[in-house]
Amino acid sequence: MQMTYAEAIRDAMRVELKRDPKVYLAGEDIGVFGGCFGVTAGLLDEFGPKRIVDTPISENFIVGHAVGSSACGLRPIVEIMFNDFIAVCFDEMCNQAAKVRYMFGGKADVGMVLRMPIGAGIGAAAQHSQSLEGLLTHIPGLISVIPSTPADAKGLLISAIRDDNPVIFYEHKQMYGMPGEVPEGDYTIPIGKADIKREGSDVTIVTWSWMVQKSLAAAEKLAAEGINAEVLDPRTLIPLDKEAILKSVAKTGKLVIVHEEVKTSGFGGEIAAIVSEEGFDYLDAPIKRVAAPDTPIPFSPALEQAYIPSEEKIIEAVKALF
Amino acid sequence: MAEKKEQLLEMYKTMVRIRTFEKEAIDLFAAGKFPGFVHSYLGEEAIATGVCANLKDSDYICSTHRGHGHLIAKGGKLDLMMAELYGKSTGYCKGKGGSMHIADVDLGILGANGIVGAGMPIATGAAFACKYRKTDNVAIAFFGDGASDRATFHESLNLASIWKLPVVFVCENNGWAISNSQENHQNITDVSDRATAYGIPGVSIDGNDVMAISEAAEEAIKRARKGDGPTLIECKTWRHRGHFEGDPGAYKDPKDQEEWLSDAKDALVRVEKKLIELKYANKADLDKVKADAQTEVDAAVKFAEQSPDPDPSEVLTDVYTV
Ligand SMILES: Cc1ncc(C[n+]2csc(CCOP(=O)(O)OP(=O)(O)O)c2C)c(N)n1
Repeated sequence: MQMTYAEAIRDAMRVELKRDPKVYLAGEDIGVFGGCFGVTAGLLDEFGPKRIVDTPISENFIVGHAVGSSACGLRPIVEIMFNDFIAVCFDEMCNQAAKVRYMFGGKADVGMVLRMPIGAGIGAAAQHSQSLEGLLTHIPGLISVIPSTPADAKGLLISAIRDDNPVIFYEHKQMYGMPGEVPEGDYTIPIGKADIKREGSDVTIVTWSWMVQKSLAAAEKLAAEGINAEVLDPRTLIPLDKEAILKSVAKTGKLVIVHEEVKTSGFGGEIAAIVSEEGFDYLDAPIKRVAAPDTPIPFSPALEQAYIPSEEKIIEAVKALF
Repeated sequence: MAEKKEQLLEMYKTMVRIRTFEKEAIDLFAAGKFPGFVHSYLGEEAIATGVCANLKDSDYICSTHRGHGHLIAKGGKLDLMMAELYGKSTGYCKGKGGSMHIADVDLGILGANGIVGAGMPIATGAAFACKYRKTDNVAIAFFGDGASDRATFHESLNLASIWKLPVVFVCENNGWAISNSQENHQNITDVSDRATAYGIPGVSIDGNDVMAISEAAEEAIKRARKGDGPTLIECKTWRHRGHFEGDPGAYKDPKDQEEWLSDAKDALVRVEKKLIELKYANKADLDKVKADAQTEVDAAVKFAEQSPDPDPSEVLTDVYTV
């Protein structure tokens, strides 16, 4: 059935709230307000205040309490209103959620999900627009899921909720209103499986989240010029489907990585390193990265548009390999 | 008496300038003149005005996401502010910050802030610098009731107290943290009660009474300048608008909304009545203040509209000064 990305996320939560009484939501303004981007709209009416919990402005607590409640058997889905605010609860993610299971010798599961919107493009400036998905991939113990379509969002979110590990689920603001076909009812996609969003033979574009949409548009234009690009969406950064990436690069011999986060220490660097280490012989051109510049995100539309990786920049990077 | 008249008229002018600017800003935003977030200060004008009336240019303030009023009260220029809302190169931050990040360091304005509660440690740090450098300057931290739940509030009050730093914490309690009512997000009615926990004076006052605010601020600022440490002032008020422009504020009780917007409660109408009652001004005087403010705001809009967009190359400047 047709749903927007936001509706698909809501649908996944609804499926799980109905299926498992241990599942509950907590976050700021997720109840009456329905979430800053309307993702949780209607859930308070449907499931009541015990399951849909509005919190004060207390990010440390929102994440920290989910570590405790999940270790004690509940299944919290917590929301941080903007990805940027992860910075204020970094200890809870980095030193607690990520490490509890390991430090305790496998004796406790932190089966929590942390949902956060990422992304620029709405003039929200430097503290409300970042894409920080690479940041937490550096902390072993955390799973990072980053869907690019409504169906992927639903299938991966249900899997995330059922997973016994702490999962970070990145939603892109630009896609909340984007429609797509989404399977009804119980629908899961395994975590750690890439998806080829467009088959091609000449170059592999590895990309995720909103940049998948931009890369697909770029690939159409490239096709008109005789370059047949394969667009591969890993869908989860941790665990990463290395095999799928290497297989695609073996086929095309060329790799362009596209992400919205800044270039330096962005996750694209990790993928480039993996391909150089394990797929060097497949390559017949240098690996290229298309990413945001190493600056904070500017407010002015004139600057923000120049900042966000564009279709043109993707096309330019691909063409430079031929 | 002459002094009091002068002071009240001055504060009235500031409040009118804030109101006029804010009314214009919401209309311009609705008309799609600029993107991003606009958090209107309408209804809360008395607080910034009453507090900043006691400050010198060399004193510091840390503002919030709802910052236009603080900036104007501290001497911010309307044309540079408006140009910043428009994201123009002539704006306070060259268009890089937008509504949520306006700063004028020369006027001691250490920025509006997109992170709730972030201003309190920064203001306390500014106060640390004032004391360290043996100036008699003070710092003001403006923040909302919602922000008083954050760890930054508690840490800042504690540190400011033990080190007797010249900082005044001004809580603008408008009853709401987005859709979360004060009743829902904290189990106290007076945020000032929290001062007790840190061994500092705390007062709660009518946040729509500019004279009362000015008097309370005067005392707290004197105390801070003398080296006697911080004070927590809670100003009880109401935001006239939704949390941000675009939020209809459906969670508010229409009766409360009506009451707070009535002439009996509105901060600006109350000063007008006072000015007339004390014979400090007549209706024509008040009209002139309003007309002057409108002229100033119109000029600011014109300035903003006629200013150029920043050059895309500006994306890469102002980061790393190597
Ligand atoms: C750390 C952080 N958490 C959440 C937000 C999202 N947010 C922006 S304003 C706001 C409410 C702030 O309420 P309050 O402090 O009472 O100030 P008011 O908006 O009422 O002036 C929230 C939750 C944020 N910007 N920063």
